[in-house]
Amino acid sequence: MITAVTDGAAAAERQLRRLRHDPTAIALTVGGPVFFIVIFGYIFGSAISVPGGGNYREFLVPGLFATTGANILPAMVAMARDSGRGVVDRFRSLPIARLAVPFGQAASTAVYGAISFVLMAACGLAVGWRIHRGAGYVLAALALIVAFQFAATWIGMYAGLVLGNEEKAGQASILVFPVMMLSNVFVPTQGMPAWLRAVADWNPVSAFAASLRELFGNPAAPANGAWPLLHPVVASAGWIAVLLVIFVPLCVARYARS
Amino acid sequence: MVAIEAAGLRKSFGKVEALRGVDLAVPEGGVCALLGPNGAGKTTAIRILATLTPPDAGTARVAGHDVIAEPRRVREAIGLAGQHAAVDDDLSGWENLFIIGLMLHLGRRRARARATELLERFGLDGAGNRLVKTWSGGMRRRLDLIASLVVEPEILFLDEPTTGLDPRSRAEIWSAVRELAASGTTILLTTQYLDEADRLASQIVIIDAGRVTLQGRPGELKDRIGGRVDVVLADGAAGEPAWTAAETVLRGIAAGDLAADRDTRSLTAPVKTGAITLPELVRRLDAAGVDVEDVSVRKPTLDEVFLAGTETAA
Ligand SMILES: Nc1ncnc2c1ncn2[C@@H]1O[C@H](COP(=O)(O)OP(=O)(O)O)[C@@H](O)[C@H]1O
Ligand SMILES: [Mg+2]
Repeated sequence: MITAVTDGAAAAERQLRRLRHDPTAIALTVGGPVFFIVIFGYIFGSAISVPGGGNYREFLVPGLFATTGANILPAMVAMARDSGRGVVDRFRSLPIARLAVPFGQAASTAVYGAISFVLMAACGLAVGWRIHRGAGYVLAALALIVAFQFAATWIGMYAGLVLGNEEKAGQASILVFPVMMLSNVFVPTQGMPAWLRAVADWNPVSAFAASLRELFGNPAAPANGAWPLLHPVVASAGWIAVLLVIFVPLCVARYARS
Repeated sequence: MVAIEAAGLRKSFGKVEALRGVDLAVPEGGVCALLGPNGAGKTTAIRILATLTPPDAGTARVAGHDVIAEPRRVREAIGLAGQHAAVDDDLSGWENLFIIGLMLHLGRRRARARATELLERFGLDGAGNRLVKTWSGGMRRRLDLIASLVVEPEILFLDEPTTGLDPRSRAEIWSAVRELAASGTTILLTTQYLDEADRLASQIVIIDAGRVTLQGRPGELKDRIGGRVDVVLADGAAGEPAWTAAETVLRGIAAGDLAADRDTRSLTAPVKTGAITLPELVRRLDAAGVDVEDVSVRKPTLDEVFLAGTETAA
């Protein structure tokens, strides 16, 4: 068990060293949300009204934290590339715990998630997003972001192993965008047709965004009576647990026999 | 002692039978070459021996441990450099080795020292701090090989270590393989090149369509496979009498069936190594009144070697 942690630390160090050589990867992760802040915050934002009359940019920014935290793409692409280039085979031929490498990668993505959160928060503050609650809530929000990123990484790694190479991962990445859009991240869901709204309200990303709005004291989207949006923090924690329970074993099994 | 032994290994992918009962015995020390054409099952065999894929049937022991029952023990004894250079483009060469050292529990200090030492030993220290994506194909292949040596393995698997490399890079890999073999590592490498197997290996195993068709020391195999004699009849002199006369001459020296191609007016005969010299052959054809355009005594081509292997096994 202890060696699994040190092996994992080595795998995590590998990912973090890669990032150090490739600062544009961080710039892109943060650049995406900044792009959305401009598009939605300044262009579409004037036409979107937050129920209860809140400031739209205060509504939008926590949603963007959620899209970043729930983003499975970096892990998916990294694992698909390692799989396609034989790096996964090399690690599997070493006498280390099979869990170690995926675990280390998930841990490093969580660290990376925390770093991108800080950078994005700075951008958010610059465009008028504010924190209205105490340090305890902010820490809880940060913990939730890190935990959600950790869980999302296991989905990404599993998908990356199944896809098996960088090209297919690139093609599959197009599917992620609609999942992010079909949520309350950009617009409150109550204007959607009922069936679409039900999907959006039960999208884990919606509960995640709602929980961050609650923890930062930002304007919330109406819950439409959907349980996850009435109890967003509990629901987010639940989603994290469910995703981990499903995807950790799937990913580990796939990694062990791929 | 036997370093690698396998019995009756089978593996299918859907309808494709990649391995159809492979038996292997590789003695400790030295280089064993698994020689076969593309699709023969070389990679599949290596992946089973390196614990990456379980066989559908059969057993294999590597360094005395069963690959299915004790995969971790096997992994402790082996190094693997797969068919594609599994190096990390976005890290420096040094970092690639350092990370593997950390994973293998060397600790940061020893992992650092080991990375530096290996780069020096294999002449890559000049490029060690550059990102691997700026390296040449030959350098990456060498780094890949070195990455399997961070903890010096008892047994090293190299899957087509020189495919796609220029002659100079091939020579560099060869000298690395020789150096490792001299230091006592048992090496199982796969190759599609007869000359590579010939140069490096103390034992050659020929594999074709998922079966071992021939195995032995290079000298033995050469004797078994022998040489080839080609005769091309002169244009206009390739009538039935000349044809029969040429066949008679070749049958007199052949160690197997003749192959004839009337369109190109050519006859090929397998002969034992050293069975006949070129001048002697020319004299005999001349004495038989055969008018020839071309005559040669040569080594068998790779295709002929595989064919000979298949015939022997059949
Ligand atoms: N993962 C796989 N899925 C499907 N077919 C495979 C797979 N791996 C190998 N094969 C097939 O098995 C046969 C042997 O392949 P391989 O062991 O890679 O041969 P070699 O390394 O000698 O070129 C080939 O016909 C190949 O197409
Ligand atoms: Mg192969």
